[in-house]
Amino acid sequence: MGVYRDSRVLAGIAGLAAVGLLIGGAFAGLISEALDDWSGAASAFDSYLFRITRFTLWQALLSTLLSVCPAILVARALARHPVFWGRSFILRLFALPLAVPAIVASLGILALLGRAGIFADALAWLTGEPWQGIYGLSGILVAHVFFNLPLATRFLLHALETVPTDQWRLAAQLGMGPRTTFRLIEWPVMRAALPGVAGLIFMLCITSFTIVLTLGGGPRATTLEVAIYQALRFDFDPARAVALTALQIALTVVVVILLVRAGADMVADANMPVARRRPNMARAPETVFNALVIIAALAFVAGPFVSTIISGVQADLVRLASDPAVHRATLTSLGLAFIAAALSLLLSLSLTMARSAMEHSRNRTASPSFLERLFDTGAGFVLVVPPVVVGAGWFILLIDSGSVFSLAPVMVVTVNAVMAMPFALRAIRPAWDGAAERHDRLCASLGISGFNRLRLIDWPSIRRPAFTAFAFAMALSLGDLGVIALFGSDVVKTLPYLLFERMGSYRTADAAGIALFLGIVCLALMMLVDRTRRSA
Amino acid sequence: MSGASIELRNLVFSYDETRMEFDLSVPASSVIAIMGPSGSGKTTLLNLIAGFEKPVSGKVLIDGRDVTGLEPAERPVSMVFQENNLFAHLTVEDNVGLGRSPSLRLTDADRADIAQALAQTGLAGKERRLPSELSGGERQRVALSRVLVRDRPVLLLDEPFASLGPALRREMLALVRQLHFDHGMTILMVTHHPEDAQLIADRIAFIEAGRIVAFEDTTTMFSRAAPDAFRAYIGA
Repeated sequence: MGVYRDSRVLAGIAGLAAVGLLIGGAFAGLISEALDDWSGAASAFDSYLFRITRFTLWQALLSTLLSVCPAILVARALARHPVFWGRSFILRLFALPLAVPAIVASLGILALLGRAGIFADALAWLTGEPWQGIYGLSGILVAHVFFNLPLATRFLLHALETVPTDQWRLAAQLGMGPRTTFRLIEWPVMRAALPGVAGLIFMLCITSFTIVLTLGGGPRATTLEVAIYQALRFDFDPARAVALTALQIALTVVVVILLVRAGADMVADANMPVARRRPNMARAPETVFNALVIIAALAFVAGPFVSTIISGVQADLVRLASDPAVHRATLTSLGLAFIAAALSLLLSLSLTMARSAMEHSRNRTASPSFLERLFDTGAGFVLVVPPVVVGAGWFILLIDSGSVFSLAPVMVVTVNAVMAMPFALRAIRPAWDGAAERHDRLCASLGISGFNRLRLIDWPSIRRPAFTAFAFAMALSLGDLGVIALFGSDVVKTLPYLLFERMGSYRTADAAGIALFLGIVCLALMMLVDRTRRSA
Repeated sequence: MSGASIELRNLVFSYDETRMEFDLSVPASSVIAIMGPSGSGKTTLLNLIAGFEKPVSGKVLIDGRDVTGLEPAERPVSMVFQENNLFAHLTVEDNVGLGRSPSLRLTDADRADIAQALAQTGLAGKERRLPSELSGGERQRVALSRVLVRDRPVLLLDEPFASLGPALRREMLALVRQLHFDHGMTILMVTHHPEDAQLIADRIAFIEAGRIVAFEDTTTMFSRAAPDAFRAYIGA
C-alpha cells in the first residue's frame, strides 16, 4: 500500500511507537516484578489494600457529588442571568483552576483553612476548641470541589446554552415560572450532560495524586496512587507497588469503559462558553436566590486564589528570589516543561497528520483501518494510565540499573509530554482537519506536497492552535508533582518538588512564596492561551 | 497556451450504490458547458478528468495521451472550484505564484508573469492583499490568474461563479471568454444557469444519473430539437 510510504503516516507511526514504548516499558517493569516476586505481589492484597481502595472510591464519590450538585444550581443561575456586571469575570475565574497546579491549590487551601490559616481563629471560635486544620478526607474534598465545581459548572452551562433562544422566548411567552422552566427545559439538557460530567470528575478524583499527598492525612486518608508512591519511595516494596498499580489500572479501566458507554467527553479543556443574547428572565425572589448561589460559588473558588496571594506576598520574597535552590529549580522546571511541551506537540502533530492523511487516501466507503483508528483514539488510552502509574512501572524497571534518579529528567519530560497529548490533540486536530478539508484538492492539483506543503500551507494554518497546545502542555507539565515525586532527588528538583520539600520541612512561608511564583507562571501561560484563542 | 483534446473512453466510476459511466470526446480549444440535475455526476466528471477521483475502469486521454494513472498535479489540467481556491494566509501574489512553483521559489521572470496575469484579470495593484481583503469576485479572479500562470491546456470550472450575483457572474464569464480568446485552452464548465451556457459554450453536455445523455451544439440544445429531458430540466 502506497499510503504507508507517505511521510506523514510514517511520522504518525513513529509517534505511536514512542507512546507505546513509554507505556509498554511501564507495563514491562510491573509485569517482570510481578513474575519475579509472585507471592509478594499476591500477598500484598491484604486488608490494608482493601481499605485504601475503599477510601479511593469513597472520596471520589463524595467529591463528585459535592462538585456536581452545587454546579447544577450555579450553572442554572448563570444561565438565567445572561447579562450582569462581572459575569464574564466569573466565567473566566471558573476556567482558572484548570491552570493552577494542584500543589499550589493545596497550599492555598491550607493558607485558608489550615491550623494557622486565615480562618483558623474564626473556626476555633465556632467549634469552641482549637482548630486542628483541614486535613484528611475534608481537606481532600475541599480541594477536589475547588477544582471540579467550576469545571462542572462550565460543562453544564455549556449544555444549557445549547437550548435554542426561541425556546427561552417561548417559555417566557407561555409564562413558565422558574420551577416549570427547570423541569421542562433546563433539567432535560443538564441531565443529558450529567453522566459525562460526573464521570469525568469521578475519574479525575480517583487518579488524583498531589492533593491526596499534600492534604490527606496518614494511612487513614490515602488513595491507591499515593500508596504506590509510598510503597516505592518509603517502604521500598516493589511487590506491593505492583499490586496497588494493578488495582489502580483495573479501577480506571472500568471507569473509562463506563464513561465511554455514557458518551462522556474525556478531556476537560479551557474553552469558555459564550452566552448568546437573550433576556434576563428571573423575577425578584429568584434573582436574590441566584445571586446568593453565585456569590457563594464565587467566594469558594476565589478563596484559595486570594489566600495564595496573601500568604505568598507575606513570604520573604526577596530572600527566595536570591535562593540558589529556587533558581536551579526554576530553570529545571522551565527547561523540562518546555521540552515536554515541544515533545507533546510533536507527538500530537504526528498522530493528527497521519490520521488525516490516511482518511483522505482511503476510499470514502471503506472503513478506517486498525492503524488509522489507533491514530484516532490511541492517545486517549493514556488517560487510563495515570502519570504515577507510568512512573511507577519505569521506576521498578530501572531500580536494578541503579540509574533511577539520574533518569529523572527523561521520565518527567516523556510522561508529562504524553499526559498532555489528549489536550494538545484536542487543540490541534479540528484546525488541522479543517485545513486539510479546504486545501487537499488544491494542493493535489498544484503539486504542493511533502515539506513544501508543511512549510507553506499546513503550518501557517495550525500555528495558533499549536501555540495553544504548547502553552497548555507546558502549564500542565510545570505544575506536575506526580512523576517528579517518584524520581526527584537532590540531583533533579523541579519547582513543585522544591515546594513539596519545603512544605514537608515546615518552611511554610517559603512554600507559600514558591506557590505564588509557580501559580503566576502557570496562569500567565494560560492567559496567553486564552488571548491567542480569542484573537484567532 | 493552446487547447488539448479530451477523450473519455468507457470511464466507469462507482461509489456506494452509485455507478457512473462516461464516454465523451471534446475537440481541442472548445468550450463545453456541463449541465444536469444535482447529484447527476457533473462534479464527478470533472474530478475524474482532474484526477481527484479514480475510475474503476476505462481511460482518460488528454491530447491523445493516457493520463488515467497520473496524479492530479501531473495532468495538463487546471481546475477552479466554487470556493477554497485560495490559501487564506498567503497574499494574492503568493497564491498565484504557487501555480508556477509549489515551493514558492520564484524567479524574476516568474514574478513578471504573475504581474502580467494579475493585470489580465484586472487585479493589478492588489498583489500584497490577503484573500480576506478581497470580494468574492476578486478571489475567483485570483484563481483565474493562477490558471494563466500554470499554463495548462485544459481548464475545468466547477461552478466557480455560482455564489456571485447576476451582474458579477456575467462579468466573470466575459473574462473567461476573453482568456479563452487569448489563450485557447479547452474549457469544461459545470453550471446550473442556461444563460451561462448560452453566453460562452460551443456545446452542452447534459448529464443524467451518471451518464452523458446529450452532447450537442448550444444552439441545438436551446432549440425545439433538444432532447426532452434537457427541455424539462431547463423548463423550456
